[in-house]
Amino acid sequence: MNEAKDVIVVHELTKKFGNFTAVDHISFQVRQGEIFGFLGANGAGKTTAMKILCGLSLPTSGGGTVNGFDLCREQEKIKRNIGYMSQKFSLYADLKVWENIRLFGGIYGLSSKAIREKSEAMLRYLDMTDLRNELVGDLPLGWKQKLAFSIALIHEPAIVFLDEPTGGVDPETRRLFWELIYETAERGTTIFVTTHYMDEAEYCDRVSIMVDGVIADLDTPAALKERHQAADMDAVFRKLAYQAKRE
Amino acid sequence: MATIEIDRVCKSYGAVQALNEVSLSVEPGEIYGLIGPDGAGKTTLFRILVTLLVPDRGSARIEGYDVVRDYRTIRSRIGYMPGRFSLYQDLTVAENLDFFATMFGTSVAENYENIREIYAQIEPFRDRRAGKLSGGMKQKLALCCALVHRPTVLFLDEPTTGVDAVSRKDFWNMLYRIRDAGVTMLVSTPYMDEASLCDRISLIQKGRIIETGTPAGIVAKYPHRLFGVSGMPAYPLLKYLRQCPGVLRCFSFGSEHHVAVDPARTSTEHLQATLEQAGFRQVVVREISASIEDCFMELAKEDQ
Repeated sequence: MNEAKDVIVVHELTKKFGNFTAVDHISFQVRQGEIFGFLGANGAGKTTAMKILCGLSLPTSGGGTVNGFDLCREQEKIKRNIGYMSQKFSLYADLKVWENIRLFGGIYGLSSKAIREKSEAMLRYLDMTDLRNELVGDLPLGWKQKLAFSIALIHEPAIVFLDEPTGGVDPETRRLFWELIYETAERGTTIFVTTHYMDEAEYCDRVSIMVDGVIADLDTPAALKERHQAADMDAVFRKLAYQAKRE
Repeated sequence: MATIEIDRVCKSYGAVQALNEVSLSVEPGEIYGLIGPDGAGKTTLFRILVTLLVPDRGSARIEGYDVVRDYRTIRSRIGYMPGRFSLYQDLTVAENLDFFATMFGTSVAENYENIREIYAQIEPFRDRRAGKLSGGMKQKLALCCALVHRPTVLFLDEPTTGVDAVSRKDFWNMLYRIRDAGVTMLVSTPYMDEASLCDRISLIQKGRIIETGTPAGIVAKYPHRLFGVSGMPAYPLLKYLRQCPGVLRCFSFGSEHHVAVDPARTSTEHLQATLEQAGFRQVVVREISASIEDCFMELAKEDQ
């Protein structure tokens, strides 16, 4: 058995806001190179949990590690070792393609030489070399997202967090984006992804489904479908999320 | 007479053509879906129809009234739920509802029956500020505010974007009950799976309508034979399929890949054997019918 190491380990993680428990004693592990789908209904606690994993928020109790760094004591190290991309905020629209790459490369502390080399390789890989001087705001959404994803990987993080990366994207671009995710995971980067598209849940190695602050179930898509006697992940999700009590 | 009649509407922002000769008509009592990705022109079309934006060319009529000339009449007859939450965050649930009722010269009490079913779900929070509501409750409040003056036509711009799969189903059930009360609806969505929930749809991309019809009618026009192929490992399988003879195109659809084929050059049995020979495990190849998403991808390609 080929045992990959766990790059995310979470134990009894809890976050309370006043008397409201947003995240309620959740525990799970994510292996290196895994595509891990983090699903849940609106208000189930996904965003709160993700903020803790990204080192942006401290848990009320419980804890864990991300790439070996402690969630409570080593938040700055965590931030340097992860990439993050969301559909809501990704790049600066009024900066050019190369300026965005330069900016984020600098933020992650890469040398000018490294940024230059990375930029060339990235633009070649994305087939965007001719677009380097375009304003990011003028790019079609699909290009923007591919660029944002690559920039989130510029410092070669062990893990990349993708928060609804494909919302509103046309069907073909959405699928090409997932092919980029597959290729990145094949190279050993761990992918932690949220989505509202249930077909995309099928593309994950394992999927966790949060309901009311707890993980209602976690397994491979095939095992989840079998356990809940559901034809697809949409049906699994609905069975679990309908148990939600809180609004 | 059609409830909404759009005739060759064009709209540009500088050099960007947001709408290019868009025509469609919505019959009374229909839920009509405008389906397309971000940037397709959906919101621009909505703004023209609700009289917030004037088209460069072409015309549009709501219940026979012209969106430019008769904008005042139209405003009192329609309900509009914009894509971005646009209620007053620092007013309470009840205050927002009162405000919108007053703006339309009516009162909540007078129209309570019209919104009762939806409002009942948020009434326990009537004194909470709108900005403090959960996403699902904001959506219900926005819908109440759009319905409080008893409109006969309702415009819903991406009401389910960013909403989870369960709440989306609930929301659609609310729309059916509103339709049963006699309201005509135009609703936009980027989720292709919601197309089948509409009576009729138009697919829109880059400012142009690329297809119009019933969901079943559009699916029936898909031009290729389509196979659903699953097997392990999934991503290498996708790449392998793309270079198989007779395969026209191939994309992932959840647990299956959808493979458009030339039937003269391949068959389910033949493809099954080829994939097993190549070492893929748990291979299943079956003939399937197209979904709206398959059609959209096909039409979007033809359009380019």
